[in-house]
Amino acid sequence: MGIKQYFSLALKSLRTSKMRSFLTMLGIIIGVAAVIVLVSLIGGMSSEITAQFEGMGTNLITVNLMGRGNSNRTVSVDDMESLVTEHPELFSAMSPTVSIGSTTIKYGADTTTSSCQGVNEYYGEIRNYQVAQGRFLSYNDVNGRKKVCLIGSYQWQELFSGGDAIGETVKINGEPFLVIGILEEKDDSSEGSSDDIVMLPYTTARSLGSYARVSSYCFSAQDGTLVDQCITQLERKLYQAYNSTDAYRVTSQAEMLEQMNELTGTMSLVLVGVAGISLLVGGIGIMNIMLVSVTERIREIGIRKSLGARKRDIMGQFLIESATTSACGGVIGILSGIALAYGCGALFHMSIAPSASAILLAFSVSVLIGILFGYLPANKAAKLIPIEALRQQ
Amino acid sequence: MIELRSVYKIYFPGSENEVRALDGINLRIDEGEFVAIVGKSGSGKSTCMNIIGCLDVPTSGEYFIDSTPVSNLSEDDLARLRNKTLGFIFQQYNLISKLSVEENVELPLLYGGIPPEERKIRITQALERVGLAERIHHYPNQLSGGQQQRVSIARALASRPHIMLADEPTGALDSKTSMEILQLLQELNKEGNTIVLITHDNYIATFAQRIIRIQDGKIISDQKNEPKQETNQEAMADGH
Repeated sequence: MGIKQYFSLALKSLRTSKMRSFLTMLGIIIGVAAVIVLVSLIGGMSSEITAQFEGMGTNLITVNLMGRGNSNRTVSVDDMESLVTEHPELFSAMSPTVSIGSTTIKYGADTTTSSCQGVNEYYGEIRNYQVAQGRFLSYNDVNGRKKVCLIGSYQWQELFSGGDAIGETVKINGEPFLVIGILEEKDDSSEGSSDDIVMLPYTTARSLGSYARVSSYCFSAQDGTLVDQCITQLERKLYQAYNSTDAYRVTSQAEMLEQMNELTGTMSLVLVGVAGISLLVGGIGIMNIMLVSVTERIREIGIRKSLGARKRDIMGQFLIESATTSACGGVIGILSGIALAYGCGALFHMSIAPSASAILLAFSVSVLIGILFGYLPANKAAKLIPIEALRQQ
Repeated sequence: MIELRSVYKIYFPGSENEVRALDGINLRIDEGEFVAIVGKSGSGKSTCMNIIGCLDVPTSGEYFIDSTPVSNLSEDDLARLRNKTLGFIFQQYNLISKLSVEENVELPLLYGGIPPEERKIRITQALERVGLAERIHHYPNQLSGGQQQRVSIARALASRPHIMLADEPTGALDSKTSMEILQLLQELNKEGNTIVLITHDNYIATFAQRIIRIQDGKIISDQKNEPKQETNQEAMADGH
C-alpha cells in the first residue's frame, strides 16, 4: 500500500469525525500558536530595540570614568580631545559629558525636574540628536561658558506648552539660561523618556554643582568596522593614565546591542520552552485519542489483516493518521498564531516579526510529535493477532 | 491444495477447563473442490477454518498450503498468503463501512501491490462478476445484506485466490438471498475456484460436492455429494 492511500485514508478519518479531530488537534494548535505569537512578538521587540540602538548611532563608544585607580593622574578633556586629533582616521568626534541628576528647571511659574547633560558642540552629531527649532551648541558657547541650553520636547511641552521658547530664559538650579534650541522628538515626549532632557555646554555645567564633573565621554568612530580599533586606542590611553582597568569602562553601542540581543534570545528561549510544554501536552492528547481510535477499530484492523495487510501496513496507516492530525493542527496553529500576533501587535502598538524559520520549525515539530506519540498506538494496532481482532465486535 | 496433518487446537491445555477445539484433524482438499464443513456451534468448524485461513495457529500438527508448511512462514509471508492465495467471505461481510464499495474491493489489491490501472480492471471485473458493477460508488450501509455479501465475494475474488473460504456466508441473509449467494459460489467453483464453505446448516451444505462433518473437534464423516441445483433465475436477474 502506497503513501498516497495512507494519506487519503488519514484525511478521510479526520473528516468523518470533525469534532473529535479538532479537539485532538487543540493541544497542538495552542502550542504552535503560542510559539508563533511569542517568537513574533519577541522578534518585533528585538528589531525595535535594534532600531533604537541604531538610532543612537552604532558608531558610538562610551567611556565611563569611575574613580582614580592606582594613579594620581587623571585624564583631562584635552587628553581625550588629542586622541581625536591624533587619530582622525579612527575617530570622527568626541564629547565630554557632565551629568547632573535632578535639576529643577523653572520658567515663570512652571517647574520641571530633569537631568541635565553638559556636552560640547559635537554631541548632537555623535548621538544623533536633531534640532527641531533654533540651533545646537556652538564652539563659542562651549569655550565661552555661555549660559545657554537646549531643551527636549518634554520640557518644551511642560514649560512652554509647545509655544515660543527660543530666546526665553529658564532658571536651572536658580541660574538663568537662554534657550537656544528645541530638540526633535525622539520618543513620545513623556517624562523620563529620551525627550526629557536639557543640554548645556559642559564647561557651564561643571560650575553648576559641586558634583558636576566630567564623568564620561562619548566618541564616534569613523565607521562601524573601526569601533574595535577605537576601543583599543581608548583603552591604551586610559590605562596609561590610570594604571588600572578598574577606573574606567569603555563600551560600544554595538557591544550593548549584542548584550541586548543575547537577553532577548534567552527570553525567547524560555518562553518558547513554556510553549513547548503545551506542545508536549498536545502530543499526549494525540496519543490518547489514537489509542482510543485503535481500540475502536480493532475489527477494521482484523479485516485488513485478513486481506493481507502486513504489520508495517497497519503501522504506516496509524502513524500517518496521527502525523496528519498533528500536522493539520500545526498548520491551523501557525495561521492562528500569525493572526493573533498581528492582533496583539495592533492592540499594544508593538511591531511584529513572524520568522519563517519559527514557522517551519513549528510545523516540523508538530509532525514529529504526531509520529512520536502515534508510535505507541500504531504499534499496538500492528501487533494485533488477526483472529482476535476479527472476533471483536 | 490444502493439507492438515493431525492438527490440534487446544485452549487452556492441562487445566480443568481444557477445550479441544480441534482434536487431531487430518484433511486434504484438492484444487477445484467445493467442500462444505458442517458442524454444530462449538464443534470446531470455525477454528478449522481460521487455521486453514492462516488467521490462527494450531497448537500442534502440520498444515500445508500448496505443499508449503505454514508453521515455518514469517508474519509477512502469512500476510502475503492471506493476500494472494486465500479469499475470505465472512458471515458479517466484514466490509469497512467508511470505505466505498470500490475502495473495499480495492483493499486486497492495495496490500498486494497491484498497480493502479490493473486494480481498476480487476475491481470492475470482480463487481461485474457478482452483478454489482453499478454500485461501485455506494457505501456498505447503502446496500442490502445480500448486496453487501456479494461485495465481500467480489473483494475475495479481486485478488484471484486459489482458495475461497466462506464462513457461514448466508448466516445473516434470508433464504432467497442465501440461495443466490450459494449459486454464485457454485458458479465460481465451476470457473475453477476451490471453495471451502463452513456452515451449521445441513441444507446449505448440500450445495457442495463434498461434505465433511465435524463434531467435538473430530471429523465424523467425509462424503461425496451430488450438489443441489437451485434454479431461481429471476432472483439472480434483479440482484436482490
